[in-house]
Amino acid sequence: MKYVDEYRDPRLAERLLDQIRRTVTRPWTIMEVCGGQTHTLIRSGIDRLVPDGLRLVHGPGCPVCVTPLEQIDRALAIAARSEVIFCSFGDMLRVPGTSSDLVRVRAEGGDVRIVYSPLDAVRIAGENPGRQVVFFAVGFETTAPATALAAWQAKHARLQNFSMLVAHVVVPPAMEAILSSPTNRVEGFLAAGHVCTVMGYEDYSTLAERYRVPIVVTGFEPVDLLEGILMTVRQLESGRYVVENQYARSVLRAGNLSAQNILAEVYEVCDRPWRGLGILPRSGLRLRPAYHDLDAEKRFAVQSIKAVEPPECRSSEVLQGLIRPDECAAFGTLCTPDRPLGAPMVSSEGACAAYWKYGRSL
Amino acid sequence: MTEPINCPMPHPPGERVLLAHGEGARLTRRLIRDILLEAFDNEFLRPLSDGALLPAVAGRLVMTTDSYVVSPLFFPGGDIGKLAVHGTVNDLAVCGAAPLYLSLGLIIEEGLSLEVLRRVIFSIRDSARQCAVPVVTGDTKVVPRGAADALFVNTTGIGRMRPGVDLGPHRVRPGDRLLVSGTIGDHGIAVLSAREGLDLGASLQSDTAPLYELVQSLFESGIDVHFLRDPTRGGVSAVLHEVADATGLSVVLEEPAVPLSEPVRGACELLGLDPLYVANEGKLLLIAAPEDAERARGILRQNAVGARAAIIGEVANLTPAQVLVRTSLGALRVLDEPTGAPLPRIC
Repeated sequence: MKYVDEYRDPRLAERLLDQIRRTVTRPWTIMEVCGGQTHTLIRSGIDRLVPDGLRLVHGPGCPVCVTPLEQIDRALAIAARSEVIFCSFGDMLRVPGTSSDLVRVRAEGGDVRIVYSPLDAVRIAGENPGRQVVFFAVGFETTAPATALAAWQAKHARLQNFSMLVAHVVVPPAMEAILSSPTNRVEGFLAAGHVCTVMGYEDYSTLAERYRVPIVVTGFEPVDLLEGILMTVRQLESGRYVVENQYARSVLRAGNLSAQNILAEVYEVCDRPWRGLGILPRSGLRLRPAYHDLDAEKRFAVQSIKAVEPPECRSSEVLQGLIRPDECAAFGTLCTPDRPLGAPMVSSEGACAAYWKYGRSL
Repeated sequence: MTEPINCPMPHPPGERVLLAHGEGARLTRRLIRDILLEAFDNEFLRPLSDGALLPAVAGRLVMTTDSYVVSPLFFPGGDIGKLAVHGTVNDLAVCGAAPLYLSLGLIIEEGLSLEVLRRVIFSIRDSARQCAVPVVTGDTKVVPRGAADALFVNTTGIGRMRPGVDLGPHRVRPGDRLLVSGTIGDHGIAVLSAREGLDLGASLQSDTAPLYELVQSLFESGIDVHFLRDPTRGGVSAVLHEVADATGLSVVLEEPAVPLSEPVRGACELLGLDPLYVANEGKLLLIAAPEDAERARGILRQNAVGARAAIIGEVANLTPAQVLVRTSLGALRVLDEPTGAPLPRIC
């Protein structure tokens, strides 16, 4: 398969591993930002093949995982209403709220539907004029342009029965929060290639400069990740800290301008709470005033719903790369994919799920 | 001014299944006579009594039952009728039995188009003929709209156990090889793409197929098969976990050796699914002694259904008993048991 096989080539991977082993002379801690990268690392076993001193920690780049509990509870409250068709990406269905999840809401009679594109939710609204259709808009800069397009289409089609529960977040403020924390251990970043495909990587230069940390925009296949790791350790070993682009087949410095335009048309930057990281300034996207009619939080008056995270769940530390999932006492005991305490255990990109699924508990 | 007519014209009787079709009266008899008996006519069914009177059989019998609730009823490469025959015949086959008789139970949602019902029934007829197994008894129920999703089918199969065959986890030994009879994940991906209206290309087809001949060819060639399953729901992963649980041994799967069709591979990449967890409806997983493995693969490959058979792993005496995958980079990882239905990822 083109664009897949060449990036999984075992001989190329072996050569890169060899170069990494020869480059590394002392311990380093590198964080991959995106949950998709975490899964590739664990699934292909790269974390077990790199030299011992090279510690790979997993970042906050799983949109499902960083969506705060109260936003999940708001989604559940809306989805349970009889007039609502609640549309969501599949990943959100099993994410636990305080006392339920979307799968359970559906079993109890809620009309919860998995969609693959936000535009499907707009179509469903057009087909069901007597029902309220709500789309759960979660994700980073990668999914936000598609949800923005859905909002734009609904507004221009004058759909009265469509709204969105928006929980979008953007990556650079989270990287900054990690770097500026006194407990930070991250010395180099693999930035998320897909996010940079949309946004470009000019923003990252400031971060690299200010925190003296190498940032390599990296893809998602094993060879991409190995190359990204090699580029990062080369910078670390030689004391450089610049932004480099490993994922040049997809990422331009300026990003995708059409996608950025639709984002700017529909959304504005806001402060937003992240699960595990607290409220991060200028880290979220919310609907601009011209789109307030589409705001499901207002339409269904759920802003007052607040929630408290379960104390046993250490996902906040996992999401900051402070502990590995298997260093949490609840991992595999109180918290399993069947009975998750926190989102990282259920999301397909969650670090806890990756550790569980690929047996890092053993 | 007259009111516009907004009351839909009633469908002519006979076009759709009505509740009365299930109530044992005239309409039921007509349904049975016009559709079911026409499709399945045989000496055991023809008396239409409460049960089929069957002749005595020498040797041991195997009996299995399965219910089919797939949505949509028709999907690329198959339909609920084919599944209902192949699934039950395959369950007999992997027990080591030759299919003898099938029963057929239909639970029909009121309002189902009779044309759809007829298509399913004739698909069942064709599949049963292909497997040379008669439908000897049956039952039809119609439930109110909303109480079922269009059509549910149950089939029970009775088969004759092949003498001398001994299959099961008790026969699995360390060093035994694991084989699969072809590409995996085809059925699950075909149904998923039909259900969700994903346009993933015309070449995605369910693999639904009868496996009896394939199994038969292994036995006739004298292959000493130790363990045999058709990896349906939960895919290959579910079966391998069953092996590890029941034997206390580990299974090491060589990931690059697992056959995959390009469309399934592409769809799994796109949807974030692991084909090892995706359902199959026409594949065998078998475990045999290492000295038999290559010959078994050759025999499977002689049959069109087994053309892409491969040796994909081996049984190992590693503790704790688990299912391991050797990746293309040579690292070993644990393959988790399937939990719930796989959900597509979001970015």
